[in-house]
Amino acid sequence: MDWFNLETLWFALIAVLFIGYFVLEGFDFGVGVLTKVLASDNTDRRVMINTIGPVWDGNEVWLITAGGAMFAAFPLWYATVFSSFYLPLFFILIGLIVRGVAFEFRGKRTEDRWRWWWDQAIFWGSLLPAVLWGVAFANFVQGVPVEENGLFVGTVLDLLSPYALLGGVASLIMFTLHGAVYLALKTEDGGEIQQRAQKLAQWLSPVVLVGVIAFLGWTYLNALGLGDTGVVPGIIPVAAMGAALAVPILIRERLHGWAFVATTTMIALVVLTLFLNLYPRLLVSSIDPAFDITIANARASDLTLTIMSWSALVFLPIVLVYQSWSYWVFRHRISRESVEAPSETPLQVVDRRLAQRQAARKDARGDRDGGPAPVA
Amino acid sequence: MEALEFARLQFGSTTIYHFFFVPISIGLAPLVAIFHTQYVRTGQERYRRLAKFWGKIFLILFAMGIVTGIVQEFQFGMNWSSYSWFVGDIFGAPLALEGLLAFFLESTFLGLWIFGWDRLSPKLHLATIWLVVLGTHLSAYFILAANSWMQHPVGFVIDPETGQARLDSFVEVLTNPYLVGQFTHTIFAAWTTGAFVVLGVSALYLLKGRDVEVFAPAARTAVAIAVITSIGVAFVGHDQAQRLAEVQPMKIAAAEALWETEAGAPLSLFAIGDVENRENIVDLGLPRGLSLLATNTLDAEVEGINDIQARYEEEFGPGNYIPPVGVTYWAFRIMVGAGMVMIVLALFGLLSSLRGRIADTDRRWNRWWLRVLPYAVALPFIANTAGWVLTEMGRQPWVVYGVLRTEDGISQSVSRWEVIFPLSGFTLVYGVLMVVTIGLIKRQIDKGAVEETGEDVDDEHRTFSPLGGGY
Repeated sequence: MDWFNLETLWFALIAVLFIGYFVLEGFDFGVGVLTKVLASDNTDRRVMINTIGPVWDGNEVWLITAGGAMFAAFPLWYATVFSSFYLPLFFILIGLIVRGVAFEFRGKRTEDRWRWWWDQAIFWGSLLPAVLWGVAFANFVQGVPVEENGLFVGTVLDLLSPYALLGGVASLIMFTLHGAVYLALKTEDGGEIQQRAQKLAQWLSPVVLVGVIAFLGWTYLNALGLGDTGVVPGIIPVAAMGAALAVPILIRERLHGWAFVATTTMIALVVLTLFLNLYPRLLVSSIDPAFDITIANARASDLTLTIMSWSALVFLPIVLVYQSWSYWVFRHRISRESVEAPSETPLQVVDRRLAQRQAARKDARGDRDGGPAPVA
Repeated sequence: MEALEFARLQFGSTTIYHFFFVPISIGLAPLVAIFHTQYVRTGQERYRRLAKFWGKIFLILFAMGIVTGIVQEFQFGMNWSSYSWFVGDIFGAPLALEGLLAFFLESTFLGLWIFGWDRLSPKLHLATIWLVVLGTHLSAYFILAANSWMQHPVGFVIDPETGQARLDSFVEVLTNPYLVGQFTHTIFAAWTTGAFVVLGVSALYLLKGRDVEVFAPAARTAVAIAVITSIGVAFVGHDQAQRLAEVQPMKIAAAEALWETEAGAPLSLFAIGDVENRENIVDLGLPRGLSLLATNTLDAEVEGINDIQARYEEEFGPGNYIPPVGVTYWAFRIMVGAGMVMIVLALFGLLSSLRGRIADTDRRWNRWWLRVLPYAVALPFIANTAGWVLTEMGRQPWVVYGVLRTEDGISQSVSRWEVIFPLSGFTLVYGVLMVVTIGLIKRQIDKGAVEETGEDVDDEHRTFSPLGGGY
């Protein structure tokens, strides 16, 4: 157990936070991109947005918490990454701003022009971060020109190497597929949106498989070239490719629940591969390995890490419980009918529900009074 | 201008913008929760309409607060990476805890509240909005813990090897005496903001005689809150000023444009200063006022800017330790002035409310009070902004008081143009969003606290059934 120390624990926890972020926000980025591809009219777009309506904000908090954890656990990493990835990060932020606002503001007015603008915001605001996160993480692994103490000496062009661009494409298509499967799972069974999502997933999933193999393969070659492969047990990238391989099969069988498990596993394992490839580094310096930012030279004090560890140990499970509960509350599929003008007024609905409840209560009482004895 | 000035401009402008939405979210959430609670307790329809009406406005503002908040968290690293590296061991933990304890709570339960009207039992559904209230207050506590440490650093040591600040006692950071005052002051100010927004909008309806049975109780609730919190914010602020006189004497001296040390120092009401020669040309003041304010005694000595400057030069080496006196001085006066007007308006409302005349537009004084209130909505925002300008500008040239200078906190690798481009981008997007936000709120106000009907296609956020409607 001599490899175990506080900085390794925090490396792992930050990996968990980012995996949580990409798995969760991954599908809502995908849904955002697909609003332009799969929707045939406004109602379709509304249905699609409503599948993520109650949850997108909670998903984004995974990023905010990951950012805070980077700041607290590895200040040098936080300081270097956010100043050297200045422009990509700026575009990610603008994307996250306009799409977040768009989800809340789009439904406030009914003019076509109004909706058109917010539809653009949702599409581009989902697409840009989906690409740029892949670019950023590929760069962490491949290395960027940083000197001693994390001083970035490159330009934004240094961040756009072919490998990094492949990373961006890979993350975009993985998230889009993840979103398509999510839509198949969350929209009306047999409905048109589900059909279209199914169709798209059928041709996109083989493309994703190729993309995942190419990206992980290049990652492996890169690592070999640098003379080390981090600590990746081969089984993890292979399992990621296995999950990617399972998706088209599960989609063809229309097993959407399992397909979602597979895309979730695929994204989680690809991100995990990158983190393990990095370990024990946090950001590779393309100038000299001596300038690498590592968990050892970037870590915060024992005291800070200990306090943070206990907080995470206590509160992260609580968060997981109530966030899962929220997904459970909103587990129902969403149909076109449910978002179109309803046939009942709210007061009629209240009356109907009250009547139902009273009837149910009466039944229960009836059972107690003289109904058939419960079967033992 | 150099990268430093642009970086400061960017941080200052995005933070002020962000802080338009923060206090109103913190202050409006409890009002929505109170209206919702009244609905659950009394079953009266008008409280449900109130909760939904204010819930919609809350959501618009809250969404703006969230998206601009993400920028806040990241720009420490983007523009201020030397600062981030230096303070991360202490400053990062409250930020991470804010995400873990507060943001998850408020985002998840707000989603449940908006979309949960017909999915959750009434009591459970009510609990979700109170959890949102809890989340917003926890968030304020953690971020103010971080800011208070910059104002009055405690519980740390400087690492002799790396030169970074290292945490020594987290309890000291979380119970920083400066933080206690700052948190209470900010929360009172936030509740005042919420109350004045509700009052201003309610007044519009009462003046028109529209939905009086809905908005009169809302105005009464808001008045009750406004009286307590607007007076509370002044008392806590006074207390905080006395603490400042101890921990940041320069800020108090600058806020008063007090150049020379004086016993029985006057409280300046209006001054025209000559910053270069470090003196005032015109200065009208209440005799002994400042001594009273700063120490609760009439003839105590209050240290002037020039003496503090001399003392700091001895302590920290040569340099200019004087914050921008004009900005600090006027920010202080604007904050206090706006606060005083709010107290008067709140007290008038209390009298009128106690006499049962809050909706009475026939009485001249009450009618004027109602007419002023919609404009008075600007007051808390002015006071909040001025308060932070005072706090942050008054701390200059330090970013961490007495420990790290602002100029030493900037990112080394970021050039001038790399700041100008995002600064323009944020300005453009933020500007457009402000116009849209105000437009949407105005629209919501025009629409009123209407009962939603099947024909109400405006809010197509509905998910599962007509009542399951979020917004």
